[in-house]
Amino acid sequence: MAVTKRVVLHFPRRLVEQPVIYRLVKDYNLEFNILRASITAEPEEEGLLVLQLKGEQEEYDRGVKFLLKSGLKIQSLSQDVTRNEARCTSCGACVTLCPPGAFVVDPKTRQVNFDDEKCVACGLCIKACPPRAMEVHF
Amino acid sequence: MKTISEINEKIQQGKAVVVNAEEVIDLVKEKGVKHAAQHVDVVTTGTFGPMCSSGIYFNIGHSKPRIKLGGGRVYLNDVLAYPGLAAADVFFGANALPDDDPRNRMHPGDFNYGGGHVIEELVAGKDIRFTANAYGTDCYPRKRLETWLNIKDLNEAVMFNVRNAYQNYNVAVNLSDKTIYTYMGVLKPRLGNVNYCSAGQLSPLLNDPYYRTVGIGTRIFLGGSVGYVAWQGTQHNPNVLRTEAGVPKRSAGTLAVIGDLKQMSPQWLVGTSMYGYGVTLTVGVGVPIPILDEEILRHTAVTDAEIYGAVIDYSDAYPNQKPDIVGEVSYAELKSGTVKLQGKKVPAGSLSSYSKALEIADILKDWIKRGEFLLTEAVAPLPGVESGVAFKPLPERPLEI
Repeated sequence: MAVTKRVVLHFPRRLVEQPVIYRLVKDYNLEFNILRASITAEPEEEGLLVLQLKGEQEEYDRGVKFLLKSGLKIQSLSQDVTRNEARCTSCGACVTLCPPGAFVVDPKTRQVNFDDEKCVACGLCIKACPPRAMEVHF
Repeated sequence: MKTISEINEKIQQGKAVVVNAEEVIDLVKEKGVKHAAQHVDVVTTGTFGPMCSSGIYFNIGHSKPRIKLGGGRVYLNDVLAYPGLAAADVFFGANALPDDDPRNRMHPGDFNYGGGHVIEELVAGKDIRFTANAYGTDCYPRKRLETWLNIKDLNEAVMFNVRNAYQNYNVAVNLSDKTIYTYMGVLKPRLGNVNYCSAGQLSPLLNDPYYRTVGIGTRIFLGGSVGYVAWQGTQHNPNVLRTEAGVPKRSAGTLAVIGDLKQMSPQWLVGTSMYGYGVTLTVGVGVPIPILDEEILRHTAVTDAEIYGAVIDYSDAYPNQKPDIVGEVSYAELKSGTVKLQGKKVPAGSLSSYSKALEIADILKDWIKRGEFLLTEAVAPLPGVESGVAFKPLPERPLEI
């Protein structure tokens, strides 16, 4: 069965120079799309990579095992951009700005729904949200 | 046909028929204007959007020894307040910023905290850091005051908004080649998106387009509690282009409103950040409309398809005060999610929350149904179409050197 998952990879400095993603493609037959990347020169800081991975479930699982064994930390992406429901006013300022269209207005209630499965963690909504209801956690 | 005191009698007996400005649309379709006007006593409206000309004033009580804040400098959580009023009174606006906010030094600025946020926190009962410098006099010797302030300790805390509840508003686009950051939100280049800010068919003044019932003294929903219309709002501009049914097609009437801040709720006064523009306050306002005759009822049955906004280019026409418009679109089109402009399908977003506006109209409906909220006769009308009141540009006269 084919799966598509979005993951956040945190990797320690010692792994920055390793061709980790290449191995994912070569050994586990996973397709990847880089959604976001940041690698700093600070020795204490870690690198961050947001990926969309696509492949067979079995190979995906083995790929993730390989990543963990290499010393990376993995989070699934949907947990990383969250909406503070108490602050959201359902104004709709986010709707047209979100590239993957993760915010959808319910035509009946006019409430704005956030579909975190569609979210690619680009961060555009964070500052564009007038009541600052969108939060990003890496 | 009906008078306000007759309607109030029914409200007190728990017999008043109250519907919101959305429900009245179907009711008129079903029963016709004549029957609906006989049946319905009150139509409730609501709006919940960023309203920049909002502010509060309060009295802190006198310190020992006394300090004269007037003529000094006052900050609330480091956000600048206005103390040009005697010794212990302070006015504070939703758009105020801390002195050390970078603003747009690194464009676009974040504007994470300012006046609107302080107002929300004060209303929520949080302690606010109050710091003041004054010059000291014989009768007010103190020159420095630093203290925590809590809304419950203030003598008076009053919301006083000089312009709220705009009757219709500009629909904003960007025709330039770069993204712009405006009070109408982030606007993407080359008609990348279109933003609007009105509750449309639920909006108070769009349901009473000629101000037949709303006037000075009208009791309203303000910030989660009871408020009053104090005056016409600044920039009140009744004599604009209107549809045949009388609905303004441009920004028209406005309300100045007042109410006891101590009774209000942070749920309906939300500190708001407009990326690259500044801070403001999202305010909840709801106005009840007594159905005195068929014409008043017919106006409350206005639908989004019958309300048009002018599409304005915020990269040039707006900042440079040019009269050009890109086109006119109805709120029904805007709410569909895309509008057609210059042959292009443009995604539409809103800054005003329709779902919260509906909640406000329903809360007001509930208050009236339970007999807790009586309607008021206006003390004086708002300036109407024939009043000659108009919103004029600044007649700039350069200072001579």
